[in-house]
Amino acid sequence: MFIRKGLILVSVFLLATICFPRTTAAQENPYFVAYDHYLEEPGNLEIEYFSTFGTQRGGNDFHSFWTEFEYGVTAWWTAELYLHGQTTFGDSTIFTGIRWENRFRPLKREHFINPILYVEYEHKSGADKILKEGEGHDVEADLLTPNALARRDLINEMELKLILSSTFKGWNFTENTLAAKDLSNSPWEFGYALGASRPLALKASAKRCTLCPQNFVAGVEMYGGLGDRYHFGLRDTSHYLAPVLGWNLPSGWTLRISPGFGLNDNSHQFLLRWGVSREISGFGSMVGRLFRGRP
Amino acid sequence: MKIRAVGLCLATLLICTCFPSAIEAQQTGSSTSKQKAKESVYSEIGKAPEKARAQHNPLEKDPDAVAAGQILFEQRCAECHGDTAEGRKKGPSLRAAEIQTAEPGAIFWVLTNGVVRKGMPVWSKLPAPQRWQLVSFIQSLGAAPPKPETSPTSSAQPPAAKGAFLPRR
Repeated sequence: MFIRKGLILVSVFLLATICFPRTTAAQENPYFVAYDHYLEEPGNLEIEYFSTFGTQRGGNDFHSFWTEFEYGVTAWWTAELYLHGQTTFGDSTIFTGIRWENRFRPLKREHFINPILYVEYEHKSGADKILKEGEGHDVEADLLTPNALARRDLINEMELKLILSSTFKGWNFTENTLAAKDLSNSPWEFGYALGASRPLALKASAKRCTLCPQNFVAGVEMYGGLGDRYHFGLRDTSHYLAPVLGWNLPSGWTLRISPGFGLNDNSHQFLLRWGVSREISGFGSMVGRLFRGRP
Repeated sequence: MKIRAVGLCLATLLICTCFPSAIEAQQTGSSTSKQKAKESVYSEIGKAPEKARAQHNPLEKDPDAVAAGQILFEQRCAECHGDTAEGRKKGPSLRAAEIQTAEPGAIFWVLTNGVVRKGMPVWSKLPAPQRWQLVSFIQSLGAAPPKPETSPTSSAQPPAAKGAFLPRR
């Protein structure tokens, strides 16, 4: 039963990637939590599967997972749909919700600091454990509630982010500030994510290769909560530091891995994240042709 | 009767005089609109600031730059600009004289900044040396031979006029 529910998301990912064989080589950042200012290429669809294994003091460890569909609507607008779930060992596997996010690039040209506006709506249960961001006073102890109880708590949340990202001498530096609001009567909560990454080589090789250093991007990200409207600050918040590594294969696949470490007593001691994604080029045109009836 | 004959002669004269000039005007108008579309497609190159234009390709003498640029082009650019860079619906030809005779710095600037409002993404996600490798490859292609002129009544449009950097959805 546990495996079946978890496999649904994996199957969605696999089916989607197998059905659309036209791929393009991706140049993805390796981050799991932080966002940079690069949006999806227009008309391309990226299908991603991510997992997080987390340790839980005072309870059972968990494995959360999500499938993400990221589509480049235009060169200045990217939309994403997430489906997520989790398995708590010794408890159960459950579907925990969906999220719909949009990123907008307000400036036409590249600048030293490039802003991106992010708007998200999330419908999830209290059992959600994907830890895709640090916000408010979220701490490790919040995830101790058994799934059967936690899933009864339904949350509709809006989240806004300001993403400021720079590229300098091959390095990407990004800083995300977030404000989230549970649409019930809850205060605004705040959080942050920082990231830095760089390809292992800046020049491309003149030979076709999979293991060339330019296909690997390494970096580090740090994220956590900043309290809420009434208690802003670092008190009773959790924070993580995570090295990240991404491998962009010429076949269009990207593999990512990141061991994360809690930086204070409120954080999970260890999070291991990994992910696989595939970029499908010309998805928008394919769908357009389907409905226009042209060959 | 006489008046009718004179009227008919005048009408014939008018038609004979005006029709060829109308066709000529149509031809001129068509080529003007083509020219305008082409200009608008490549106008981004002209927007590159002087400082960007003045930049020299640091990989100009790198023997591997073109080969590496070709691989990058196939992976990142061919989807929109075509395998031979002669343009597709989504992206214009990169073998047009406007690109081939442009300063390398101007092409690098367009790659870096994209043409976001018209559908071309920002490519600064590629490190600068890779963008220069792309510039080397693009300018190594040379101008494509001119395509035969199509009749003015044909609905076919040149690649430049059709797509520009616009994704057609």
